[in-house]
Amino acid sequence: MDVPHRALSLGRIAAIAINTLTELTRQKVFYVLLIFALLLIGSSAFLARFTFQQEFQILKDISLGAMSIFTSLLAIVATARLIPQDVEDRTVYTILAKPVPRFEYLFGKLSGVLLLLAISVLLMSAMFVVILYAHEQTALRETARHFAGAPREQLDDALRIVRSSALNADIFPGIAIIYLKACLLSALSLFVSTFASTTIFTTVVMAFIYFIGHLQATAREYWLHENSAGWIARAFFAVVALIFPDLQAFNLIDDIVAGAAIPLALFAKTAVLGAFYVAIYTLLATYLFYGKEL
Amino acid sequence: MTRCLFTIWLVLIFGIMKLPMESSLAAQDRQLRFGNVEWNLDLREKLGQLGFVAALSGFRSIVADALFIQANVAWEKTEWGRVLLLFRQVTTLQPRAVLFWDMAAWHMAWNASVAALNDPAQSRQALRIKAQREYFALGKDFLERGIKNNPDRPQLYESLARLYKEKYKDHAHASEFFAKAAALAHAPSYDKRFSAYELSYCEGREREAYDRLHQLYQMGENERLPTLITRLKFLENKLDIPQNERIPDRTR
Repeated sequence: MDVPHRALSLGRIAAIAINTLTELTRQKVFYVLLIFALLLIGSSAFLARFTFQQEFQILKDISLGAMSIFTSLLAIVATARLIPQDVEDRTVYTILAKPVPRFEYLFGKLSGVLLLLAISVLLMSAMFVVILYAHEQTALRETARHFAGAPREQLDDALRIVRSSALNADIFPGIAIIYLKACLLSALSLFVSTFASTTIFTTVVMAFIYFIGHLQATAREYWLHENSAGWIARAFFAVVALIFPDLQAFNLIDDIVAGAAIPLALFAKTAVLGAFYVAIYTLLATYLFYGKEL
Repeated sequence: MTRCLFTIWLVLIFGIMKLPMESSLAAQDRQLRFGNVEWNLDLREKLGQLGFVAALSGFRSIVADALFIQANVAWEKTEWGRVLLLFRQVTTLQPRAVLFWDMAAWHMAWNASVAALNDPAQSRQALRIKAQREYFALGKDFLERGIKNNPDRPQLYESLARLYKEKYKDHAHASEFFAKAAALAHAPSYDKRFSAYELSYCEGREREAYDRLHQLYQMGENERLPTLITRLKFLENKLDIPQNERIPDRTR
């Protein structure tokens, strides 16, 4: 019996996403997690020289910084090769020859990468939480031993300070923003790869975008608030501010590690901005992909 | 070609759409990071090359950590000038990390100052004392700037109080900063006590100190610690408090 063809099929998108995820997993991308684990264990070795507060601060900085670098790299490298690889393997022709619309193909591919990033972030977070918890327990034991003869109130104060320096709930919104930043980079890489001819071109362009994106806020301020700059400089800053995403807005983790609680409104706004970027870049990628000659 | 031009047009439209959102987010983020400190382009320029590199890579905190570790190595080698320089960079990069301000002040006021006072290369004692005083001032400066950046965290007020107490022997200021720490959320319970202890050393403020210590004493057994009782008894004698109003002669 003939099944009527639907314009949008979540099943088809899911099939492409799972296929993409399987393909990426076979590329041994998860080795990055091994490096992350080694970095965590390695950093613990020299942290023994510091007090527990310094130890927690550095451990959190290194872990979350590494998480941010690895997910960003993974997002760019994994997405950059999606379309060129499929063109080279001729898989794209096989898929698009079937009644699969081009946007479904792109959404499926992107979903596969986002799934891969989600798994990576979850595994890295789990490793980080386990290591931090182990350090916290050691610090709590040592503090309890140190304050063995002290009044109960002093012991409670000391233990509270240890707990507040270690794992706290504010870290998790920070990790969510790291994931969102990786999703943004992935969607942007997909957009670039729709007009790029090779993987290397997309990767290099994305590396530039990554650095410029972190300076976009500075360019925007110069453009909007610095009147003394000449019109050529202002035009240049305007182009940078309009074309590039503000990646600095996604670095909330610096302040979370420093002990600042991130207000819910700031987190929500950042999340909305991230989702907005992802949606726009995906739509732009789709628009360009429809015009691409295959 | 048309599609390409139209895409560029769309990117620019999208750029205009995202601007208000980005600006509002940046303003809120600045408020979080710098509190009441005015964020302007001049301040951004002061971050210098290091801050620029860190911003360029997006890993401000990791760069700050690496410099902090370098500062620790410099401390082990007793290179005090380098310790100062590195801590200035660390605190500029991570002004919201209380730990860095606290460590910077501790190194200056406690370690470098002692090293300066015992410097075998300087034969004149007056110059050694001058150098020691300069390091106290550097430690104080770190803590004051740290407080400006983190007015809501009690740790730096406590550290500044300790610095006034132990290095300047200025009990009035020590009491004032312990009291400021005690007034903040999540302050340890001892801050209030410490403020009263310090006040009890201030000439001419004995009555105020007595009232505060007595008030703490009345709060129950948890507050009746040996130092509190000792200071209260000292003030009872000094103020000549009537026998029937004095606390009983007993220790915990």
